[in-house]
Amino acid sequence: MSEKNHPKLSVAKQFISAIPHSIDLGMRVDAVSDGKVTLSIPYDERFIGDPETGVLHGGVVTALLDTAAGSAVIAHPLSAGGTATIDLRIDYMRPAKPHQRITATAECYRVTRSVAFVRATAMDEGDDPVAMATGAFTVERNDE
Amino acid sequence: MNRQKPEPVQVIKQRRDAALEQLAGGIPYIKHLGITFDRRGDELTAQLPFSQKLIGNPILPALHGGAVGAFLEIAAQIELAWAIYWPAMESGVTGPRAMPKTIDFTIDYLRSGLPRDAYARATVNRSGRRFASVHVEAWQDNRQKLFAQATGHFLMPQHDG
Repeated sequence: MSEKNHPKLSVAKQFISAIPHSIDLGMRVDAVSDGKVTLSIPYDERFIGDPETGVLHGGVVTALLDTAAGSAVIAHPLSAGGTATIDLRIDYMRPAKPHQRITATAECYRVTRSVAFVRATAMDEGDDPVAMATGAFTVERNDE
Repeated sequence: MNRQKPEPVQVIKQRRDAALEQLAGGIPYIKHLGITFDRRGDELTAQLPFSQKLIGNPILPALHGGAVGAFLEIAAQIELAWAIYWPAMESGVTGPRAMPKTIDFTIDYLRSGLPRDAYARATVNRSGRRFASVHVEAWQDNRQKLFAQATGHFLMPQHDG
């Protein structure tokens, strides 16, 4: 199924647009497929972490990765919807370039009876990742 | 004994508050989230006042995991910077203070964040020449009942790259 017209795309858009913190960060749903979601945020001066360089705060990238990862759990075929982060680890490889959009792609690669495992990557408009995350999320399965 | 007369309390308070403001006050994202720091001597408590824009689950409702993560990261980073610059600050040295950079950050979500104020306190467990390890704990109503904790590694300011 193409990512552009996946049945869960409108669900994901609805899900994201109902989250006040995602709205606050200007999050956009770019693509959705089974267990995989791509979200992005625009560069915004209100979210700067280092005024000297204009680089966004790591916390913004954390919020984006966390939302993308949680959305990927919900987009998994076995999920009945609803999830919460149990644990999230983020590695910051390099600062995001100022004035560039940040895009996070998350993949829910394993769902057990009650836990979903996710990995996610954040990119700016360059070729190297800005940050990577791995996380464990709660999951409600639709087959139990 | 030739003991120096201690500084007047107001002079000390003013210097420390100004130094704290210089560290945290100029960062737009800290301002955007509304995070403030309560100082008691050298002990800092970060405060995240509740705001609707921090909600991640409108049905429960609960704070957004990303907002909680950002709060913990800011609390850890400012605590580390505060510890690094404390000696310079106390000896009256001013000037720009480069921030430690996050290498990695692992957040442990213990319970959902309630729609009310949150507090965090960080401990620098190891501060070396190049790297530091910082642990941070966050709670809401009850200091003993943490709702999130995190550990992060940071690159010390003077050794970028």
